[in-house]
Amino acid sequence: MIETHLPALIALTFVLFSILIPAFGLWRRELSQPLAVIGSGLAGGLSIYGFIEYLNHGAIRYSFGGWEPPVGIEFVYDGLSGFFVMVINVVAFFSIWHSGGIAKREFPGKEMPYYALAMLMLLGFNGIVMTGDLFNLFVFLEISSLAGYALIAIGDRPAPYAAFRYLIIGTAGGTLYLLGAGLLYTVTGTLNIIDMTPMLPHFAESTAVVAGLILMIVGIGVKAALFPMHGWLPDSYTYASSSSTTLIAPIGTKVAAYVLFRIIFYLFGVDLVDATAPFTYLVGVLACIGIIYGSIMAIAQSELKRMLAYSSISQIGYIIMGLSLANPWGFAGALLHVLNHAVMKACLFMVAGNLRAKEGHSDISLFDDSYRKKYPWTMTAFSIAAISMIGLPPLAGFFSKWYLVLGTIDNSNWIFLAVIVISSLLNAVYFFRVYEKMYMMDPYKGQKEPKDGEYNDVKGSMLWPTSILAVSLIVIGFANAVIVGVLLDIFPM
Amino acid sequence: MDLSLVPLFAILISLIAVVPIMLSSEKPNLREFWTILAALIKFGLVLTLLPGALEGKSVELHIVDLAPGLPLALKADPMGVFFAVIASGLWIFTSFYSIGYVRGAGEMKQTRYFASFAVCLSATIGIAFSANLLTFILFYEMLTLATYPLVIHNEKQEAIEGGRKYLAFTLTAGLLLVAASALVYSYTGTLDFTPGGLFTEVDLPQHVMLIIFVLFLAAVGVKAGIMPIHGWLPAAMVAPTPVSALLHAVAVVKSGVFAVIRVVGYVFGVDVMAGYGLGEILIVFAGFTIIVASLLAFAQDNLKRRLAYSTVGHLSYIVLGVAMLTPLGMTGGIMHIAAHATMKITLFFCAGAIYVNLHRTEISNLNGIAKVMPWTMGAFTIGSLGLAGIPPINGFFSKWYLAMGSLEGDMLVPIFILVLSGLLNAGYFFPILHRAYFKKGEGLEGYGEASPLMVVPIMITATLSVLFGLFPNLFFGFFDLAVDISTSLFNSGAP
Repeated sequence: MIETHLPALIALTFVLFSILIPAFGLWRRELSQPLAVIGSGLAGGLSIYGFIEYLNHGAIRYSFGGWEPPVGIEFVYDGLSGFFVMVINVVAFFSIWHSGGIAKREFPGKEMPYYALAMLMLLGFNGIVMTGDLFNLFVFLEISSLAGYALIAIGDRPAPYAAFRYLIIGTAGGTLYLLGAGLLYTVTGTLNIIDMTPMLPHFAESTAVVAGLILMIVGIGVKAALFPMHGWLPDSYTYASSSSTTLIAPIGTKVAAYVLFRIIFYLFGVDLVDATAPFTYLVGVLACIGIIYGSIMAIAQSELKRMLAYSSISQIGYIIMGLSLANPWGFAGALLHVLNHAVMKACLFMVAGNLRAKEGHSDISLFDDSYRKKYPWTMTAFSIAAISMIGLPPLAGFFSKWYLVLGTIDNSNWIFLAVIVISSLLNAVYFFRVYEKMYMMDPYKGQKEPKDGEYNDVKGSMLWPTSILAVSLIVIGFANAVIVGVLLDIFPM
Repeated sequence: MDLSLVPLFAILISLIAVVPIMLSSEKPNLREFWTILAALIKFGLVLTLLPGALEGKSVELHIVDLAPGLPLALKADPMGVFFAVIASGLWIFTSFYSIGYVRGAGEMKQTRYFASFAVCLSATIGIAFSANLLTFILFYEMLTLATYPLVIHNEKQEAIEGGRKYLAFTLTAGLLLVAASALVYSYTGTLDFTPGGLFTEVDLPQHVMLIIFVLFLAAVGVKAGIMPIHGWLPAAMVAPTPVSALLHAVAVVKSGVFAVIRVVGYVFGVDVMAGYGLGEILIVFAGFTIIVASLLAFAQDNLKRRLAYSTVGHLSYIVLGVAMLTPLGMTGGIMHIAAHATMKITLFFCAGAIYVNLHRTEISNLNGIAKVMPWTMGAFTIGSLGLAGIPPINGFFSKWYLAMGSLEGDMLVPIFILVLSGLLNAGYFFPILHRAYFKKGEGLEGYGEASPLMVVPIMITATLSVLFGLFPNLFFGFFDLAVDISTSLFNSGAP
């Protein structure tokens, strides 16, 4: 009963809570965050349940209102979308749980609209992932983007400017995608993905189809911050409120990556994508440039959040690189990295948020060695997540790289292999730079001892999500064989 | 008795000990008690595996799948037990010595020091008992990370720079190891260490094998101190001396040469190595390293740096023995792991005792110190003579087998290298002895030996060096074990 309605239920949870939050929030403002936690927790639980259902009973196609596609609207809940929905909602739950302490400090009085918008954005993300229709995908993309612009605009003084810049670039991207979808519609006469797939090979040489594909990849590439369309990301992530960054950074670009997976592997299929030009390879090359560029830029940053933002550009590159390899190892590595990076980046941005909450800044050059005593658990979480980002076993980050490496070898793609190796080293550089500040005394200033009464880490509502995510990196590392077994089964070819 | 869990416990015991060590940071005596206890238990656990190893048996344990078809698995085979006995045995002496050292030198952050040390030993035993390359990588990287806090221990600018250099070398090496292992996995479908190698079923073109081999060489060569990628080792000498003694003369660098043996004997296999002509490459690098490192040792006035270059040279003795691809050479190389361990740890212990007691680090300041520290310098003499290859100290014994090995393989160049290097060793060690015994020192009035916590371990390791030289089989049947390992590697290729 409930199983067949799961896709709709997950999305409707967010709709329901985006209405409940204003309703209760106008009455009692402090109820907004708990309600958002409940909402995202409910959705997270449902999506875990849904994925288990998928594993047991297979994919679900849900037609709204009983109208059969291609006439009606449908949600397709298969392995790929089920996996993404699960990652998005579970990580979002932890981010929103963590955001309570930040919201009070960074935007007091604005909790109600903030959390209502957060619910809408998550609705958009879930819709993008589950919809079976190219136009609906655009609608959900715009829902999530509009909510996202507003969430980013809440923050430091330059945040509205960053949000405006994102709005301009993001809208251009969305429009390009819509143009692409429109071109495909003119050729095939349908917008339903499953319906369109068998028709496309007949138009493989058609200019409209090729142009549509390119427009869609470029448009979504903007949202995914694929190099060189990443320009909006560093400012947005740096200046937005810590809670917005913690919510958006781990999952926002992943959703766009999902769309690329859906278009390249499912809608077109790799053979068709590469029929006129080696598009998957080109996308992979862009990803590689992004990986190196993001890592180098991250080294140059002195603000922790900005460093993490550039690191995100680099890490999304891994996911796209795995996609471009188009073999089972690459696919599994990319999807595992979606999970790993979401958890790692959420954890790291939470650490940045914790530091801002306690110190009022997250400027690496001002860090000192009293932190390890003042915030022992936050620092431990940072260490675990950073080591995972560098990719050392047995933490989760190592294994996504391991599968990506296997994927590059399967394709004999030595350049991509070298990129993975080099970027891991660059990762080590920018994270050990922070370690040196946090754990070691300044050789010229001597050891800095915290003053009495400063031995307090952040409070539980912020510490628990940070710690749970850090621990889960170890768990994912040891459980990755199981996860990858599932992911290899999802591989569509 | 079922021994299958013993390797796991042997690894975990010092990892578990980290918790009580951290918790008793305010009570130094209790904290050091935990270290000693863990060291004793670990050694005891490793020893229970020894009888099986002497019979050529292995203890295997499959813990969990790390990746589809690639388990986190332990295998205490003779080679692993051999290395584990050395590392865990010497940890006991180092622990006592460390107590004397850090208290004598008034080191900061002693809790971090002892905790990191315990993690290092877990990683080292993990390396010894890894059943496949993926498990090996896991512990290899763990060792890298756990050693880092020890290298930067005093947190001075020099230490932080040494730490950066250390990480740059070792993390790069770790990534190359990942790439090399992934290549092996892609071509052979397995990563399990197997005597005789993994490439028996597949026939790869020369250049592919060469690329894989060079990747491995670079990956394990860093920790094994093969030139020109040895640079981190002298830089890491800024660490406290017990760290240099156990980690940079035994655990970390020997993990590197242990990895060379695993790669040559258990991943490629001696027949494949010979078939593709890979042994010669290794001989060239090892021979070059032995000579150049010995020459560079002359130029060092800092005692620990001179010892570091000496270590670089002696590690390549082991690599050279392995590279000859002859049973006797392999035996000599394996024996030199034990021989160099006892001798070099003695020398580093002496350097540390001199530093704590007299605050002297430069060789030019060591005039006449044998008068005030006779026992320490006596031990130093034994170590120096042994490294120069003078009987009856164990350095002679392993060198003898290395020479026999090269004759067995009809190679004369290695013998020449060994003889030359013996002379060079004598050349850079004897001036130290000359200064200590025969020159007149200044400002030594009122000084005596260091604390017994330091001198007793020094005497024990020096005595061990002599005893192993006289009776190689006296403890644990070490020589037989080395011969068995070597034989197993050469007989497995022929079905």
